[in-house]
Amino acid sequence: LLAALLALHALLGLLVLLFAAPLGRRGLLVGVIAPAATVAWAGWNAPSVLDGNTITQQIAWVPGLGLDIDLRLDAFSLLMVGLVSGIGALVFVYALRYFGPSTRGVGRLAGLLTLFAGAMLGLVLADNLLLLYACWELTSITSYLLIGQADEDPDARAAALQALLITSAGGLAMLGGFVLLGQQAGTFQLSLLLADPPSGALVSVALVLVLLGAFTKSAQVPFHSWLPAAMVAPTPISAYLHSAAMVKAGVYLIARLAPVFAIIGFWQPLVVSVGLLTMIVGGLRALRPHDLKQLLAFGTISQLGFLVVLFGIGQPAATAAGCALLVAHALFKAALFMVVGIIDHQAGTRDIRALPTLGAGWTPTKVVAAIAAASMAGLPPLAGFLAKESAYEALLDGSLAERFVLTGIVAGSILTVAYSLRLVWGAFGTTPTSPQVSMAVARAATPPPPATLFLAPAGALAALTVLLGVAPQLFTELVDAGAGALDDGTAADLSLWHGFTVALLLSAVTVLAGSLLFLVRRRVEPLQARLGPRWSASRVYESLVRGLPRVADAVTGFVQPGSLPVYAAVILSVAAVVPLTGLVLGSWWSGWPALVGPLASVPIAALLIGGAVAAATAARRFTAALLLGSVGYGMALLFVLQGAPDLALTQAAIETLSIVLFLLVLRQLPDRFERRASGRSTAWRLVVSAMVGLLVFGFALAMSGARTARPVSEEMVERALPEAAGRNVVNVILVDFRGLDTLGEITVLVVAAVGATAVARAGRRTSRDVVEEVAE
Amino acid sequence: VSRSLILDTTVRVTYRSVLVLSVYLLFAGHNQPGGGFVGGLVAAAGIALRYVAGGIDEVRSTSPVRPWTVLGTGLALATATAVLPLLIGGDVLESAKLQWDAPLLGPISTTSVLAFDTGVYLVVVGLALMLFEAFGDEWDLAPLREGDDE
Repeated sequence: LLAALLALHALLGLLVLLFAAPLGRRGLLVGVIAPAATVAWAGWNAPSVLDGNTITQQIAWVPGLGLDIDLRLDAFSLLMVGLVSGIGALVFVYALRYFGPSTRGVGRLAGLLTLFAGAMLGLVLADNLLLLYACWELTSITSYLLIGQADEDPDARAAALQALLITSAGGLAMLGGFVLLGQQAGTFQLSLLLADPPSGALVSVALVLVLLGAFTKSAQVPFHSWLPAAMVAPTPISAYLHSAAMVKAGVYLIARLAPVFAIIGFWQPLVVSVGLLTMIVGGLRALRPHDLKQLLAFGTISQLGFLVVLFGIGQPAATAAGCALLVAHALFKAALFMVVGIIDHQAGTRDIRALPTLGAGWTPTKVVAAIAAASMAGLPPLAGFLAKESAYEALLDGSLAERFVLTGIVAGSILTVAYSLRLVWGAFGTTPTSPQVSMAVARAATPPPPATLFLAPAGALAALTVLLGVAPQLFTELVDAGAGALDDGTAADLSLWHGFTVALLLSAVTVLAGSLLFLVRRRVEPLQARLGPRWSASRVYESLVRGLPRVADAVTGFVQPGSLPVYAAVILSVAAVVPLTGLVLGSWWSGWPALVGPLASVPIAALLIGGAVAAATAARRFTAALLLGSVGYGMALLFVLQGAPDLALTQAAIETLSIVLFLLVLRQLPDRFERRASGRSTAWRLVVSAMVGLLVFGFALAMSGARTARPVSEEMVERALPEAAGRNVVNVILVDFRGLDTLGEITVLVVAAVGATAVARAGRRTSRDVVEEVAE
Repeated sequence: VSRSLILDTTVRVTYRSVLVLSVYLLFAGHNQPGGGFVGGLVAAAGIALRYVAGGIDEVRSTSPVRPWTVLGTGLALATATAVLPLLIGGDVLESAKLQWDAPLLGPISTTSVLAFDTGVYLVVVGLALMLFEAFGDEWDLAPLREGDDE
């Protein structure tokens, strides 16, 4: 049934896309069926899966490449399915109110959103590395289209492209890593690979490549710049793709691989340091923007870094804490995005400085936002508190390195508290922080509060946050099963009260220090502005994007100078030098062949040599073409002499045709060759020609004496009549034994004919234009 | 400028024979010197003769269909012959021997690759037609003729 759910997503998504215009906003109602069905199905199977069973399904796709549709639902995947489809379904409902009935392109958005939900579902269910990669890229592409929803806005297009370029560049690296891993393990099936992990230097390389993909997708420093830019997307998209679902893909992959691969190569130092850096940089940056969505985006980056650290360590307790944070984060961050979207929708701005005071009727919204933000800050009795506490707990008993990591996490969490406060204060505070606000307050009365259905999805998420917080047993069971699917040794123990422990002390320090940081924010702001980075990741990205065409330009300008003599010289020199070195180094000499052969070949040879010399020295192009033709006919005569009438016939026919075509083209060129003034260029031409001549001569000698095996032609001659019913071996080879080659060759002929015609017509049109211009 | 009567007449007579020869080469190719490629080249040489006699208009009058149609038909025919065996469960380009006892003529045997060879023939002829179309001029514009006036 797993595959059927994926098919349902694809089918509904395409259907909605097909009828996007007539459906409009109703497309969301059609699309929501797919994630809702998934949630229902997952809920039905949850008890058995949480007990440690797995549901698998296999469909052969391209078995020769190890590419099968292997689907597997274990408890960790179930957690992810809950996030992907559960929050997905809520986002559909939310979007129904977010978009007005007349908003342009909502039908298209609904279809793409459904397709994205399907791709993401496939990603977390895939048990085959290649299938996982395919779904991974599908989410990148749908994300690209969804970010660029407002396609007439250049900013949206640029942001969409940035997200696509960064994530798919990482994705390509990841594909390389997957192929290496699969080659080393002998299987692309994830569960088999993890059960019997490969090792060796190549595996370390593969893991770094895979991590590149995970880092780009989960917006880790220094690849994070696309996520804040992607905030131009409509808020439902941001709430779903850029907080709950897609950016978790990298975290998901790290979580899957870490228990087995964390000890190999650079994994632990690399993942943990990148994660920590991301957590701190994201937290710091979240203290700066005035745009609520930007603030949330940097907060998401910071939390993703936290998740990467926890999962990346690969230690059972940390993995369990990671699972808890994964769930908690998805709940509070999606709710916060939805609330910010509501504010934006109702008040028309999400700038902290311009936001009017939200008064009467806004209390439910404020409660939801406060719960979600408190969970983000890690206040009891909410899910976020349990998750953060268990993270502290997991790292406390560890080695020195883990204590160091703990310090970083505490610092990051302090920042999280500070920006959580900033968010709530900025959205709902009444204290004017700049003259603009008092103006805005004066201008606008309280904006209309949101409809119940608009707030309901965020409310549901906030309710879940509270539920998991006050019922730690339930949360523990979920997390235990999820982490157990990743690593056997895990035992989560989430509870609100552990007694007076160091972890509790750290939690208290975190909250106090964070609040303090928020209180002294006026002092911090100028400091931060001064410390602000000279260069940012997005600036690096921009210069890369601008630099690439310039480099391409320079390279193309160098290798394509547009001079025919240069092209010819390069091609001929390469063709001469490479085999010539082989000839010089190899031992192939088998003595001179007979000098003359049949007597009749003497006058033919004279004709050939004379014709060639005359063609090379002729002053008129016309003469040179005719002389070249005489050389060709001479070759045909030689073929006749050697008993190859077939070859001779072809050679003569080709020669005739080429002379005619030569003459056709030569009419467009000056009658005489231009005088070659430079002696250096003449010398260069002589050298290249001499090399080619030497090569052909030496090669003919070498080939005639070098044969040691039975010639393949004998076999062809034997097989021609019985197998292909033909006596003309040459023709049998052309149309039967090597028929595919011939098919390729005539395709080339067709392409050449079309190309030549196009070039000739283009040239002619300009010349006619010139004539017309002159006439005027 | 006037066309040379002798050249015109000679070309008309020769052209037909050349075409017959080219078709003969195509059919004989499997067992004797010849084949689709050579046959096509010979036909193209015949077309070149027509061009020399009367410019591009004369070339256009040789074929009821346009050059690209000939070219495309040839490629399509060759590809179809290559792919057809796949559809009926064989290998790419697998050939079959056909035999037919024709009345009066006696047994005629050929193979299915004749269709493939015909495709090659058509592509070569089409190529020649295309090139004359691309680079050729009308007869009275052809600079080659200018020498005759002097």
